[in-house]
Amino acid sequence: MKFSENWLRTFVNPSLTTRELADLLTFGGIEIEGVAPVAPSFVRVVVGEVLSMEKHPNADKLNVCQVRVSGNADAASLTIVCGAPNVRPGMRVPTALVGATLPGIEIKVAKVRGVESSGMLCSAKELGLGEAADGLLVLSTSATIGANVRDVLQLDDQVFDSKPTPNRGDCLSLRGLAREVAALNNAAMKAVDVSVVPAAHDGKPVITLEAPKACPRYCGRLIKGVDVKAPSPDWMVQRLSRSGIRSISAVVDVTNYVMLELGQPMHAFDAAKIDGGIRVRFARPQEKLTLLNGEARELSESFLVIADDRKALALAGIMGGADSAVTDATRDIVLESAYFDPATIAGKSRMLGFGSDSSFRFERGVDFEVTRDAMERATRLVLDICGGSAGPVAEASAAMPKRDPVLLRLSRVERVLGVAVNRSEAADIFKRLGFTHEDTADGLRVTPRSYRFDVAIEEDLIEEIARVHGYHRIPAARPVVVSAPLPVPEKMRSAAAIRRLLAARDYQEIVTYSFVDRAWEHDFCANQAPIELANPIASQMSVMRSSLIGGLVSTVVHNLNHKQSRVRVFEAGRCFVADQGAYAQPWRIGGAACGHAVEEQWGMRPARQVDFYDVKADVEALFQPHTLMFEAALHPALHPGKSARLLQEGRPVGWIGELHPRWQQKYGLSVAPVLFEVDMEAMAGRTLPAFQGTSKFPPVWRDLAVIFDEKIPYQAIFDVVNAQKPTIIVAFVVFDIYRGAGIENGKKSLAFRMLVQDTDKTLTDAEVDSAVSEIIKILKNQFNAKLR
Amino acid sequence: MQDLDAIVKDAFAVFAGINDADELEQTKARYLGKTGALTEQLKGLGKLMPADRPAMGARINAAKDELEQALSARREHLQNVKLEAKLKEESLDVTLPGRGSGVGGLHPVSRTLERVEQIFHSLGFEVADGPEIETDFYNFTALNQPENHPARSMHDTFYLQGDNAGGKHLLRTHTSPIQVRYMESHKPPIRIIAPGRVYRVDSDATHSPMFHQVEGLWIDERISFANLKGVVTEFFRLFFERDDLQVRFRPSFFPFTEPSAEIDMSFGDGWLEIGGCGMVHPSVLKNVNIDSEQFQGFAFGMGLDRLTMLRYGVNDLRLFFENDLRFLRQFR
Repeated sequence: MKFSENWLRTFVNPSLTTRELADLLTFGGIEIEGVAPVAPSFVRVVVGEVLSMEKHPNADKLNVCQVRVSGNADAASLTIVCGAPNVRPGMRVPTALVGATLPGIEIKVAKVRGVESSGMLCSAKELGLGEAADGLLVLSTSATIGANVRDVLQLDDQVFDSKPTPNRGDCLSLRGLAREVAALNNAAMKAVDVSVVPAAHDGKPVITLEAPKACPRYCGRLIKGVDVKAPSPDWMVQRLSRSGIRSISAVVDVTNYVMLELGQPMHAFDAAKIDGGIRVRFARPQEKLTLLNGEARELSESFLVIADDRKALALAGIMGGADSAVTDATRDIVLESAYFDPATIAGKSRMLGFGSDSSFRFERGVDFEVTRDAMERATRLVLDICGGSAGPVAEASAAMPKRDPVLLRLSRVERVLGVAVNRSEAADIFKRLGFTHEDTADGLRVTPRSYRFDVAIEEDLIEEIARVHGYHRIPAARPVVVSAPLPVPEKMRSAAAIRRLLAARDYQEIVTYSFVDRAWEHDFCANQAPIELANPIASQMSVMRSSLIGGLVSTVVHNLNHKQSRVRVFEAGRCFVADQGAYAQPWRIGGAACGHAVEEQWGMRPARQVDFYDVKADVEALFQPHTLMFEAALHPALHPGKSARLLQEGRPVGWIGELHPRWQQKYGLSVAPVLFEVDMEAMAGRTLPAFQGTSKFPPVWRDLAVIFDEKIPYQAIFDVVNAQKPTIIVAFVVFDIYRGAGIENGKKSLAFRMLVQDTDKTLTDAEVDSAVSEIIKILKNQFNAKLR
Repeated sequence: MQDLDAIVKDAFAVFAGINDADELEQTKARYLGKTGALTEQLKGLGKLMPADRPAMGARINAAKDELEQALSARREHLQNVKLEAKLKEESLDVTLPGRGSGVGGLHPVSRTLERVEQIFHSLGFEVADGPEIETDFYNFTALNQPENHPARSMHDTFYLQGDNAGGKHLLRTHTSPIQVRYMESHKPPIRIIAPGRVYRVDSDATHSPMFHQVEGLWIDERISFANLKGVVTEFFRLFFERDDLQVRFRPSFFPFTEPSAEIDMSFGDGWLEIGGCGMVHPSVLKNVNIDSEQFQGFAFGMGLDRLTMLRYGVNDLRLFFENDLRFLRQFR
């Protein structure tokens, strides 16, 4: 909320600088986000009256004006050349005298097309007061000629911008802010004149509360013979404008002014548009109402309305209706000042798609004891400005809210804050806040004020003590506790360790959005029914990802487009899968690699492109010491011949493969990245190492080249050998694969290396030969393989 | 006798002048060969008086040993020279780059997260986790923000479409629901941090619709606001490795803490808002069946992205989610 510092100081004026005053509020819990001067500095600009004007002899668009700048009628007038279209004799305007310095201009005696000009008539823009420069800034005809414009327009003022927290609706008014300043600074506060305006006639609206819980108090007052065209006084327009509220008409300005001053949102109806009495009731189903902002709405029954005997007139606490608004033709008005229950107004602005200054206040809580004061205040202002005669206040009321006393234990204060506050300090703080209190055996019984919707329990009182006492005066202290050591589970691999492992294997971690383009879900996951956001910020961020692949691919695309030739990235994050009325949100880790297998470097040429097997090794490393099974399987994102499902003890835990050529083309990739995506949970478990003795006898290495049918997968050979091999063959690895000259088409030659070793003795050549022959026999029998 | 010394001296000089191994072996014969100078001396022994023979013999043998030693020293020297010459030929350009696979790196926010976890681990905090698609209940209601509470407007929330999963689902707007979930399943004392992604409908240079927070919670019998100030201040000093870092607490409002505070830290000449905190609200404790008369404590939350920006001088939040390798590689 923006407000004028000078206005605030009319209520409470501690001897603090602007900065100190702003800090006082900020450290009291009302954050002042900004302080800005109302006007830039300038000097020697006074109120001048244009006495006469004539056309400039040498320029069509210029006038030569005689301007009086002294209260003394006999003093000589100044000759000033002016080009503003709105200059007229008799008007009072800001006049910069010779020697004045305005933002960016210094005023000197100057010849303007041959005519000497001794000053300048100023627009708002030239004084730095606004952007609009459609002519001179017109001052009130009551402005004292010769007076300093800074005083006349109250320009030595600052606009404070406060950011009140939702619990402090009471600080959405100048009087509320002043109360805070007075309490925090222990200063005296001036009262606002809310004395009763006597009734000049006995006409009053008949008010019926049909929803007394939503509206337990409603005051209405008929003011007859109002001059709605009377101008609002400058001081009011100024204060409103410094709060960011545009002047509309005197009656509307008064309602806004009282809202800013006392915190009570008000409304004025054209009395002629009210058919019968005023009824405060919930809207009827599909009841229609056109609001002041031009919105025509069909209401639901949760909206409270102000109605007459026939129709809804206004949305209670939110906005008036267009049909019953005060217009230029209005003669009699009905002023409204009411208390609406916060729960009734809360949430309505979200349903409507717009809120108002009024709803903002009512949903946070408006002082239920200020209703009549505001009515008196507004009545007096209307009468002062627009004339007319006021009737008595019509009030309908039901069970009003009340503030219950709250018990405070001083021991509890110390326990929560960690610093002792004695009884007299606490009592003084509540006195400053205007809360009544009485002593109890171990503390105080405190009754908060009507405007404090945020004080209901002991902790609320403790907070009041803390903030008035000063948060900075509470010491920072290390807790004194018995500290139990934290567990260090060795069988768990942390997410951090997994990330580090991939980083060490040349992958760069990325973070992509959890909401993605619907097309990604369709393309990479064949997901026709992704989890949708109701209110996405953009269509390409409209559904929740069920896989990390989209983010990985798009990152590869982004970086290849930025002339990176080699991209190796990974992401760790949750994926989201709708699962029978619930949402599964598994942690996954995914990666993508494309470009050279290793960074291009000397001595390792020709460089090789990264392939499935390079990435497979990375994935296997993630699961060490567990081994994974890879089975050829189809995945919508992956090349059908170059993709595999990962199995851990028979359970699927992820995927690996080359991006499908279709998506490579669609997403504009010059190379196909190899992708993987695995469940984090599967990776997290580790087994503890268990020591086994090492053999003391010499190992024997034997190589073997065997020709197989092309279709036989390595895993099948490996599994059979593993299951049937003689025990002295302790390792069996493939170290070369050959196809080509010397090998029949449709066949492949695999070269194996075997480690032969016994734990009990040195092996003889005969024993080794026999073991190798056994392997050959197994391969022949099972796979029809031939020794090469 | 003069003769013997002269021979040795001569031989030393000759050996020292030879630079070729073969030549050295040939020259050896001049002294120790069948007709070598020393051999001749030995042959001459017979001409001496028997009484003089042993002494003379011993002297000749000593001279012979001396020559043998000189020879082998020279031989070794020549070998070394030869080896050195050969090794010199083999020398590498040690300034060429090393070969092999490179290393990647962590995302800067992960780097920050690791540090945050380490610091809090050293203070006895464990790490907790929770879902990112949350229910309205955990994100708001259990945190003392019933439906239509004005505080809800502090967070612009992403909701899920056509939510038929029972209970309103949304993307969590803060990590605080993890507090509630953790307290539901654990009894005090509780000391956790809960990091993770959070989501708000907001996007500009300083706001991202997705960002990272870390939540802290310490519940025990006597954990006070003073302790909150102590722990949070200590954390920032450890994180930024600056003992002179100033941290201040401003009264504020969060529905789930009371009293509440904003956390500012000194930055350059001014202050920067870096998190929120407060004493856990009794209603929140009540919601999870913790007796607020016996237990109390604090909670705090801060932006990991913000911490990362300050720590490494990153000036645009959006860089964290663009995933440009030229940016990310700076954090290896």
